[in-house]
Amino acid sequence: MPPVITATLYFIIFGNLIGGRIGQMGGFTYLQYIAPGLIMMSVITNSYGNVVSSFFGAKFGRHIEELLVSPLPNWLIVLGYVAGGMLRGLLVGLIVTIIALFFTRLHVEHLFVVIAAVLLTSIVFALGGFVNAVFARNFDQITFVPTFILTPMTYLGGVFYSISMLPEWAQAVSKANPILYMVSAFRYGFLGQSDVDVGFSFAIMTLSVVVLFAACVWLMEKGTGTRE
Amino acid sequence: MKALSLRQLCKTYNNGVQALKGIDLDVEEGDFFALLGPNGAGKSTAIGIVSSLVNKSSGTVTVFGHSIDSELEAAKSCLGVVPQEINFNQFEKVSTILLNQAGFYGIPRPVARERMEYWLNQLQLWEKRETISRSLSGGMKRRLMIARALIHEPRLLILDEPTAGVDIEVRRSMWEFLRRINEQGTTIILTTHYLEEAESLCRHIAIIDEGRIIENDRMSTVLRKLQTETFVLNLRGPLRGTLSLPGYRVTAPDETTLEVEVNKEQNLNEIFVALTAAGGEVVSMRNKSNRLEELFMRLVEGRDVGSGQPVSAPTAQAGAWPVPSPRRAVLQPQRPRPRAGSVSRQSSSANSVASCASGARRWCRRSLRRRCTSSSSAT
Repeated sequence: MPPVITATLYFIIFGNLIGGRIGQMGGFTYLQYIAPGLIMMSVITNSYGNVVSSFFGAKFGRHIEELLVSPLPNWLIVLGYVAGGMLRGLLVGLIVTIIALFFTRLHVEHLFVVIAAVLLTSIVFALGGFVNAVFARNFDQITFVPTFILTPMTYLGGVFYSISMLPEWAQAVSKANPILYMVSAFRYGFLGQSDVDVGFSFAIMTLSVVVLFAACVWLMEKGTGTRE
Repeated sequence: MKALSLRQLCKTYNNGVQALKGIDLDVEEGDFFALLGPNGAGKSTAIGIVSSLVNKSSGTVTVFGHSIDSELEAAKSCLGVVPQEINFNQFEKVSTILLNQAGFYGIPRPVARERMEYWLNQLQLWEKRETISRSLSGGMKRRLMIARALIHEPRLLILDEPTAGVDIEVRRSMWEFLRRINEQGTTIILTTHYLEEAESLCRHIAIIDEGRIIENDRMSTVLRKLQTETFVLNLRGPLRGTLSLPGYRVTAPDETTLEVEVNKEQNLNEIFVALTAAGGEVVSMRNKSNRLEELFMRLVEGRDVGSGQPVSAPTAQAGAWPVPSPRRAVLQPQRPRPRAGSVSRQSSSANSVASCASGARRWCRRSLRRRCTSSSSAT
């Protein structure tokens, strides 16, 4: 329910009220332009939040020990939590997409790109949430990253604007933000236009998945945050 | 076959605390094994390492021949662990907890349902299967953890203080249950502070103190090492004459109660003869403390249990025993018996940093002794 209310407010305020005054962006209405970004934002937030709260909750309640004592391999434990985060992120993304359809018409240019981008993004942030939860020792530490790192990076990752509107130095800074590549690839799937090279975006997402998954399994093997 | 084998197992925590200092331990298949020790001795650390909840610093652990270094998953499959503290998701239903646990061990759902029904019935929790676990009583939560540990039918069941904080009735029924599953072939390792529990259930015992095994033998062999026992005799009325018991240490908490310390070379017949001569009529008799408790305290306090000599106060004090009178009911006030180890520790550690640690340690031991004593008297 909270993601539904948030998305609806975004579409009303940025799409209908402010968007009407902004005019066209790359040949599309402002609402059509930001819709992929808003969908992606909800996927990122929920994939991350689901894993970080589930895993930290299991640590806090000590029922993570059920898994650690069992013969489940560590990669499977990581995969289980990531699958849960992905499922939540994708379901919320689907709901936000349905809400977007009440406000605008969404044209899909490259369906495969849309699916691949949203899947990879949800995996990346589910894994990121896992790393956060592994290191977190209290509730403050699981809210710190989403509040002070994830949200600013998402807002500055081209959800509401094209980085071509920024000065050159700001464009260079934006290109260091991995969320820009995910939002751009996803938007390319819908609109057929992107701020960055789509192939490069997918390379970054794939690399992030591999590195983060290996890191998560390594942390579990080592017992960081889970074993004394 | 050995159910569990530990070799030179060491654990040093990041804060520098050396919890285990090279433990060697073997538990045979089918055994009912007690692992005892004071708080902080290293019991839970050892169990944590075996169950993969604590990383070892060095040494080897094998469970039914599977090393936790090279065949961790096979070793874990043989294990069922009942931890000291509640560690299931308290927002889930009883049935969900058990079915999920079965899933972690790859048990198909229909089989898991059958086993769930069996174990919940065995542990008298079947009626509670749809209850959110948070709302169960303390005893039920303990039983739920036992059911969870047994759902995959492990060959080795490790219970870390399973009866802590449960009432006598639940404790007794839990003992009966554990005896039954041990008879059915499950090897059981039990840590407990209720030494009566260990003495009643276990065939082998290891005592761990300050990260080292200080005793490891058959329960009967270990108990034979106990040189003295204190018997409490309840008399029908005050003694009419003088009680003469040379060589025995006798105290009188009140006019109708006597406490007599008897070592291996002495016998109870002499006591009864002396009491009869003094006009005493014994209506009941019991051990002052649990035998294992007495032995345990002597071992962890560093007192000699195998020398063949009485280890407490000199016997010379108990020659002739005056008749207790109402006004002088306690002629020899009960004092804590001198303990060789504690005396030397007190003097050597005075005015040093070590005295703080040793003081804390003594406090822990006193707490443990109180706990053990109260549990013995309660049961």
